[in-house]
Amino acid sequence: MTYSYWVLARALLPEMTLILGALLVLAYDLLRAKVHTPEERRAAALWIGATAVVAAIVDSIFVGRLGPVYGFSLVLDSLAVPTRTAVLGLALLTLGVSSGARLMRHPAEYVAIILFATVGFTLMCAAHQLLLAFVSLELASLSLYVLAGFAKDRRDSAEAALKYFLFGGMAAAFLLFGFSLIYGVTGELDLSRIAFSVAHAEMTPLLTLALVMVLVAFGFKAAAAPFHLWAPDAYEGAPTPSAALVASASKVAGFTLFLRLLWPGLGPLAGDISTAGNTGGWQTLVALMAAASMLLGNFVALAQTNLRRLLAYSAISHSGAMLLGVLAWQAAGLGPVFYYMATYGLATVGAFGVIAVLEANGGCSKITDLAGLGRRSPLLAGTLTVFILSLAGIPPLAGFFGKFAVFAAALQIGGVAGPAGWLALLAIALSAVALYYYLIVLKQALVAAPKAENAGPIRVPPAAALALAAAAALIVYLGLFPAVLLDLF
Amino acid sequence: MHLLPATIYLSFAGAVLSLVAGLRSAATARGVALMTALFCWGITLYAACGFTPSNEMIALVDSPWIPQLGIRYHLAADGISLTLVVLTGLAATAGVLFSWNIEERTGEFFAFYLALIGGVYGVFLSADAFLFFVFYEIAIVPKYFLIANWGSTNREYGAMKLALYSFAGSALVLAGLLWVYASGHADGFSLGQLAAAAVTLGRPAQLAVFALLFTGFAILAGMFPFHTWAPTGHVAAPTAASMLLAGVVMKLGAYGCLRVAMPLVPMALEFWAPVIAWLALAGILYAGLVALVQEDFKFVIGYSSVSHMGFVLLGLAAANATAAAGAVLQMFSHGVIAGLLFAVVGRMVYERTHTRQLAQLRRMPLHRLMPFTAVVFVIAGLASMGMPGFSGFPAELTILMGAWQASKLWAIVAAAGVLVAAAFTLRAIQVAFFGQTDKESDLTSHAHLMAPITWPERAGSILLLAATVLIGLKPDLLLHWIVPSLHSPMFQAVWQGGVR
Repeated sequence: MTYSYWVLARALLPEMTLILGALLVLAYDLLRAKVHTPEERRAAALWIGATAVVAAIVDSIFVGRLGPVYGFSLVLDSLAVPTRTAVLGLALLTLGVSSGARLMRHPAEYVAIILFATVGFTLMCAAHQLLLAFVSLELASLSLYVLAGFAKDRRDSAEAALKYFLFGGMAAAFLLFGFSLIYGVTGELDLSRIAFSVAHAEMTPLLTLALVMVLVAFGFKAAAAPFHLWAPDAYEGAPTPSAALVASASKVAGFTLFLRLLWPGLGPLAGDISTAGNTGGWQTLVALMAAASMLLGNFVALAQTNLRRLLAYSAISHSGAMLLGVLAWQAAGLGPVFYYMATYGLATVGAFGVIAVLEANGGCSKITDLAGLGRRSPLLAGTLTVFILSLAGIPPLAGFFGKFAVFAAALQIGGVAGPAGWLALLAIALSAVALYYYLIVLKQALVAAPKAENAGPIRVPPAAALALAAAAALIVYLGLFPAVLLDLF
Repeated sequence: MHLLPATIYLSFAGAVLSLVAGLRSAATARGVALMTALFCWGITLYAACGFTPSNEMIALVDSPWIPQLGIRYHLAADGISLTLVVLTGLAATAGVLFSWNIEERTGEFFAFYLALIGGVYGVFLSADAFLFFVFYEIAIVPKYFLIANWGSTNREYGAMKLALYSFAGSALVLAGLLWVYASGHADGFSLGQLAAAAVTLGRPAQLAVFALLFTGFAILAGMFPFHTWAPTGHVAAPTAASMLLAGVVMKLGAYGCLRVAMPLVPMALEFWAPVIAWLALAGILYAGLVALVQEDFKFVIGYSSVSHMGFVLLGLAAANATAAAGAVLQMFSHGVIAGLLFAVVGRMVYERTHTRQLAQLRRMPLHRLMPFTAVVFVIAGLASMGMPGFSGFPAELTILMGAWQASKLWAIVAAAGVLVAAAFTLRAIQVAFFGQTDKESDLTSHAHLMAPITWPERAGSILLLAATVLIGLKPDLLLHWIVPSLHSPMFQAVWQGGVR
């Protein structure tokens, strides 16, 4: 056990870069706010912020894998490095997307808080200890609450923030209670020691309670049914870049944190879901959440007329599939679930990015507001097609292989006779249902004629165009060459 | 032969190019599309010239793609796939010619069109089940946009119905493939590896997997009772898309049944054959009878497609090499004939008379107003009825001979289907083209309205007619390629009920 500050500093290089960047953003804005127009202030903040994130990505790759850091507080293992890089990449895309969004007051603070949230995400990816996990989760969550309510002139933004905050606070309380019970039972904070300790313990009621509480918090973070209720309102009301961050980077970080907590930490309590008459463990609960999320998300999405709410329900259904990926860890390791999370994040950031640009050009709440997008802006329509088809799981886009790999892995746990296999078959069947609402979106964008009141061409700011094109290109590239990501594990 | 994969890449490249060209002018986009389609067809014909029939798949490309799951980028061809890629090239070229009049968003139209063609080439050339599935799904999405954007009657409904049916079918296929892969602990997704994995499953599981795979593919082949997407989709689609749908896309389903479902689980065909055969016979008769009473000219052709595809499925269900060879021949033949019929109805007649209602066409003596069209349709109709001298005859005859070996009753019922086909085709010819007008003055007023037949229409019609006559007179050309392929070890296992 080593407590070297040198190693700690090295491991935290990306986080330090991000914080430095955030402070620079704030300082620059403070000095120049009087002379710049709001547009210039936003552009400056975004450029500094983006530079910091790019530097953090370089740091993260440069630092690479690192064994236990500062005791066992952090580990930069084969899970942490890719997810940390992915989270940073998604944050970068979010920054790019914000450049095309509607202008808000205090643009520099907005960028700085995005960077602070990103620090929370990267720490969540690497945390190997209950306290650090909780603190990083809270850092991220508090930043996200602020981001959700940042459009102070809009009521629905305040509503989104309040709902998100109330649900989030509740979930945090559950998580903390669960952690305290785990600590009480095992006397340990470190995940590997907890695993060692529970490996020899019986499944006591106290542990069961702890597991349930942890899973409630997981369900909230993942927006999995029945803990999904905040998601549609938050996605609908929050400023679009905030919604993009909540739906992508935050989700990847949340899944990583709980993946680490559940498998390396509480793996001995996983139970067995390869057969129907199983012994019980947290896997059963995760399987139930997965089934509920997929069913609810897909069927409720069919009835949506608001584009963001549709994306929210689609996100819930995707959470269900990712939970299936969590279960599939034991059969196929990290590859499938990481691939799914990363490519889902890309597609979601992109879809919200298109919405953000449309909002700045007249509004985009109903699905029908997309009408005639193909004629108004071929770039937006083309990238939106890639994002939506990837979410729908159409090859050769990345979303397809994500689904394929996760379902194949889930079917390897006990075959079609086991609950995981049933879930995979259910997910395959529901993907045909999902195609309907995704095609409804694309029908408006590519088939319907523009409405008379806004039929003019849309100007896409260069940075936003670059971010959207990069996300679309990555989705196509990763879809054609999935081995690139799978090789990381 | 080794140039064949280029058809896939060229088609996708052509799709991008015509999208770009469409920004300049519609004519450029058309030119790009025609060149792409012709060039790909040329490649398939060139490959056909250098093809020596054998019972092995000739590997075209084989390299690791996703090594973690044992997935390879493996393209291969044998006589069956060669027959179908030649058909694809022909149908694609004719389709471009018959969509020469698309003026609205021409570049986008041909982009979707060529993307669909690229997917179809990919399916026919894939030897890895994963790759097969990828191309299969790539072919689904462009169909939706082709129909929803450029279609006619009830286009958004028809397009959505078609897309959902196709996707539901492919979900079944995906479930079947993953089931075999996961439960059988296959090392990869090549057909051989999956077949080896499938043997390790129990009999009920094998039967279930076969049902999933076969049903999934047969939905796209228009198997009764999952055929209802086909007539509505065909009617809603723009002419070129209906030509491709009936001509090529429905063949994807039948090809999937033959190439993937049957060899993967060879023992299951024996169990399911009666079910498939009776569904196929129901499709032949039911769709034929429905076609007999349609009032919309295009619906007549739409249902006739379902009826003719029933013969293909019957050929597969008969589970012997003769019937299967007939089925492949019928795929080719129907691809050509259905393309021709849809071209006449959708492009040549509808674009000029602006109606497809037989009740209205009855009052226009089209044989005098557009003699070329009438001649084309009469010949295509004769071919469709299975007249000797045209490709439908050897195809359906071979299927009936094969079916007779399997069950005499099937063959007799199917032969009744041939009579029904003759009835609805003759009715369509009579009502649509040889109607009477009350007054001679109507005739001249109609004649003024009708634009003359253009050169792309003539060229496309002649191409397709030549193909059906050529194969009708010399079916050996194709059977010579097809039959050896049906004696490959994988197909032998199918004909012998799973005994290897």
